[in-house]
Amino acid sequence: MMKRILSSSYLGLLLVMLYAPILVIIVFSFTEAKVLGNWTGFSLKLYTSLFQGGKVHSLSSALWNTLIIGLSAAFVSTILGTIAAIGIFNLQPGPQKAFRMINAIPILNPDIITAISLFLLFVSLGISQGHATVILAHITFCTPYVVLSVLPRLHRMNVNLYEAALDLGATPFLALRRILLPELKPGMINGFILAFTLSIDDFVVTLFTIGNEGLETISTYIYADARKGGLTPELRPLSAIIFITVLILLIIINQRAAKKPNLKRI
Amino acid sequence: MKNVQRQFISFIGRRRNWSIPYMLFLSFFVLVPLVLIVLYAFTDHNGKFSFTNFSKFWMQPEAINILIYSVGVAMITTLLCLLLGYPAAYLLSKMDTRRARLLVILFILPMWINFLIRTLATVALFDFLSLPLGEGALIFGMVYNFLPFMMYPIYNILQKTDPNLIEAAQDLGANPRQVFFRTILPLSVPGISSGIMMVFMPVISTFAIAELLTINNIKLFGTTLQENIYNGMWNYGAALSLVMLLLVGLTSLLNSDGNTKAAEEGGLI
Repeated sequence: MMKRILSSSYLGLLLVMLYAPILVIIVFSFTEAKVLGNWTGFSLKLYTSLFQGGKVHSLSSALWNTLIIGLSAAFVSTILGTIAAIGIFNLQPGPQKAFRMINAIPILNPDIITAISLFLLFVSLGISQGHATVILAHITFCTPYVVLSVLPRLHRMNVNLYEAALDLGATPFLALRRILLPELKPGMINGFILAFTLSIDDFVVTLFTIGNEGLETISTYIYADARKGGLTPELRPLSAIIFITVLILLIIINQRAAKKPNLKRI
Repeated sequence: MKNVQRQFISFIGRRRNWSIPYMLFLSFFVLVPLVLIVLYAFTDHNGKFSFTNFSKFWMQPEAINILIYSVGVAMITTLLCLLLGYPAAYLLSKMDTRRARLLVILFILPMWINFLIRTLATVALFDFLSLPLGEGALIFGMVYNFLPFMMYPIYNILQKTDPNLIEAAQDLGANPRQVFFRTILPLSVPGISSGIMMVFMPVISTFAIAELLTINNIKLFGTTLQENIYNGMWNYGAALSLVMLLLVGLTSLLNSDGNTKAAEEGGLI
């Protein structure tokens, strides 16, 4: 009994440490004060002005850019990663191992190395940096995660199903659509969500590939803001909203993951 | 024409060929850029082969000092994350799966908030508690940011540990302390090494966190890299990146076992 109390209070303490800063942000999103830490009474003004645009127009355009970049990067890397996973799965063990190692490079490399290497690629090719380069860079570090979330589905799948479909007269395309894709779908969805969250959370790679044409994402916006010394107060409600959204997304992923073993048992 | 079409279809039909688009993509966006780092590192700004960048790095104490300081901060952070995270991971692995799953999510969740916002929130928290910013805040912020990366792989490996092995140790007369140090701890080494991989190098390479938490008083190696590239010193920046890449290679060699695991568990879901 004593042990249980001790262990829960240790875990509880760690959680308090992890959540204290976030709670500060959420609590102070409900007050108008310019400076974080000043409580000037309950108010929803920051939330309404976040959505009205106008004054904080640059913030809402940064939010919009973040979403567009995140969705396009996630979309392309899901397709590229799924096709690649099918290919990798069918490779001989030797090339397969080499491929998996190269696939792990962007995951193991520190962000800043990925960022600098891509920056050098774009400058030495003389490509002007903007939307396209950011999206390409994000696809680069997102796709490996998609590959890793689709591959286990292929390993778990019964390979004979696809062959059986072909033997029964299905065209390869039909077999792909009716047999392979439904099997891979959960992995693809997880990969997509993972890619999207990685993309919207990224700062370093974005900073190096976004160019200086005034394009901003939430991360670069916050960075510029923090360097000026202050923080736009509207960032507080925005962070609170992002936090809740991510919480819901994670719960969905977790439920999907929890369902799998249950199905097997039945 | 017909022939070409048929060849194309049979090419698509072989599913191992499906890896080719991604292979080309990886070569162009991962391998070529890494080669470019090496090329830039070994040339001067006129594009001629030279060692100037490295001799500059060697002669300038500033960059080396920052590197040594960063390694120190990374070591302390890694150690603290291990000391705080291992017991937590151990306790989680002892719980029933449903409760543990929920708690693991709670531990991972803060990481999905933009790390700049999290860091600024830490600054706010320190202001709120009227604690001074500086080295202490830096270490707190780093541990706060990276603790989940240490906990998760350790939890994962502990959870998969065969309980029969622990029972066997007990049956053979090991006391609880022996069970832990002779059975559980050695079995969890792969988790520890992937945890170290996921904390040590990222701490050295972060930039922005240190500046925000120390009011620009402390710079880590990542910041030095960023500043050089930003000020147009591409060749020198590339040389510094190469130094960092060597460090990455060294740490992954030191735990080649945890290496692939760190990659596979990098997703943290």
